[in-house]
Amino acid sequence: MDAPSQPVKPDARSQGRLAAFLDNDIVYSFLRSKVTVVAAAVTLVIVLAAFLSPFIAPHDPFDLRQVSLLDSHMPPAWAAEGDRRFLLGTDDQGRDVFSTILYGARISLIVGVLAVAFAAALGIVLGLTAGYVGGAVDSLIMRAADVQLTFPAILIALLIDGTVRALFGEGRNEEMVFWVLVVSIGLSSWVAYARTVRGSTLVEKNKDYVLAARLIGLHPAVILFRHVLPNVIGPVLVIATINLGIAIILEATLSFLGVGLPPTQPSLGTMISIGNKFLFSGEWWIAIFPGITLAVLVLAVNLLGDWLRDALNPKLR
Amino acid sequence: MLAFVIRRLLQALLVMLVVALIAFTLFRFVGDPINQMVGIETSVEDRARLREVLGLNDPLPVQFGRFVWNALHFDFGISYQFKTPVIDLIGERFPATMELALVSALLSLMLGIPLGVYTALNRRSWLSQLLLALSLFGISLPVFLIGILLIFAFAVSLGVLPAFGRGEVVRLGFWTTGLLTASGLRAIILPAITLGLFQMALIMRLVRAEMLEVLRTDYIKFARARGLTDRAVNFGHALKNTLVPVVTIAGLQFGSIIAFAIITETVFQWPGMGLLFLKAVQNADIPVMSAYLLLVAAIFVAINLVVDLLYVAIDPRIRLETRSG
Repeated sequence: MDAPSQPVKPDARSQGRLAAFLDNDIVYSFLRSKVTVVAAAVTLVIVLAAFLSPFIAPHDPFDLRQVSLLDSHMPPAWAAEGDRRFLLGTDDQGRDVFSTILYGARISLIVGVLAVAFAAALGIVLGLTAGYVGGAVDSLIMRAADVQLTFPAILIALLIDGTVRALFGEGRNEEMVFWVLVVSIGLSSWVAYARTVRGSTLVEKNKDYVLAARLIGLHPAVILFRHVLPNVIGPVLVIATINLGIAIILEATLSFLGVGLPPTQPSLGTMISIGNKFLFSGEWWIAIFPGITLAVLVLAVNLLGDWLRDALNPKLR
Repeated sequence: MLAFVIRRLLQALLVMLVVALIAFTLFRFVGDPINQMVGIETSVEDRARLREVLGLNDPLPVQFGRFVWNALHFDFGISYQFKTPVIDLIGERFPATMELALVSALLSLMLGIPLGVYTALNRRSWLSQLLLALSLFGISLPVFLIGILLIFAFAVSLGVLPAFGRGEVVRLGFWTTGLLTASGLRAIILPAITLGLFQMALIMRLVRAEMLEVLRTDYIKFARARGLTDRAVNFGHALKNTLVPVVTIAGLQFGSIIAFAIITETVFQWPGMGLLFLKAVQNADIPVMSAYLLLVAAIFVAINLVVDLLYVAIDPRIRLETRSG
């Protein structure tokens, strides 16, 4: 009661801020949906574990001094012939499956995020241009989008990969394979962004603030990126979250099919592909554990995407 | 209506031409066709002569015209890796892929629609909740992972179903079928489930969503008020009205079934077109890639066209719109 009011003030203010934060519609709908909270927690754990892998992984699968062929094909620690050093067993080269999963999840996440960023950037630029310029440019971009939408992403990504393979032959190094993967996944999924952004741009471009910006003689690029873009970015974020799951699956699939990341830089898909070869000899752990990780990661990301779509959709409020 | 049909046909033709242009660009500029055909010891003069004979010095539009003309006659050149005509390779594998795709499409429709109806009518039952949760898995799991899990469960652990190949096949003219032999039928079960699971989950969720929407409408309430039986209301009135979007999506999904077959065929070593295409990508076999691209594009465009036309034929509301607009 008679405590000095001075020290209490910042505390109260931060409490007020916290209350305001919790009062927000989106935060409210997030906290109300238990599934979403769990999905967010799972995603966070996997992302943290993946990016802290150099610190928390018990072994470094890329350090050849730590990898020994003598340790290869070991079952998980709880099996009869298991080794306590390798919690989830080892693969055909003696790499610890648990550590490789952590490093692999990091690669999968990086490829997925970069591919989504690339697709979103491309889609936004093309969508803004199509919507703002209109006319022949608009028809050209949107017809290209129509044609591409006819084909599933996996087919387009495979075609791009095959083309690069034919163009550069064996001259491809590992870094290039990585970027080819990012670009082919990105190129296969820009259409959704472009369509959405074009639609919103068509609405925005007749509003007064755009007219005013044009009147004072701003360059169209400035108008588009500084003034129109912030108003059309909302749906893009939703599409990006939903597409992240798809991009991760696509990367895993390409790696599984042997046209993605090489066994020396294993992503989750590469690991499953390696493990698939040993499934028939009963060594299930090499494929199944990365498989479960991949499934849980994608499911969690998809649940987050679903929730975000519903939370930002004013019709469903 | 006629104008709409003609416009859609022209659009389809345009799409095919664009795809043909991409396939031609791949075929002509990615990897030198001459280098792939001759050995190292072939002299420069011989190469130049071959270039002339094959017409690679003609103007590009002429070459493109010839490419399209040849493609229309199913002549897609010679495969770099097998040194045999591409169309023979594809012809051999086409029935395997189509059988797999058809069986999984049927499977997903026959299970997806009833499950969707059930979950919509019994929204709160625990079985519906379970089915919905499972369908979320069906949508989230990568196809190849489903295949591996099924192989692990049914082929490796239980040993009841074969994990690879097509079993014995019977030749009916140019078509080979595995659906008439016991081993062929057993072999198709796992790949068909793998390929169909995603579509099944999708169709189930779609039917459920559409049913819920329709069940809220006034004419359903009116039908109930008239004292019709639940059966007549649910199936005669509600389900019938959900089928238009379902037919559309199912039709369009058939295209992606063929594309996803690439993955399923790899997991199960199913001797189809998808496996051929993947080998072509891995070995930079451009003629096979461009032929597959053209073929798949043709199938997709045809399906899109049929679905659009069916849509207009089924739904009178769309017919009116196109007439006025």
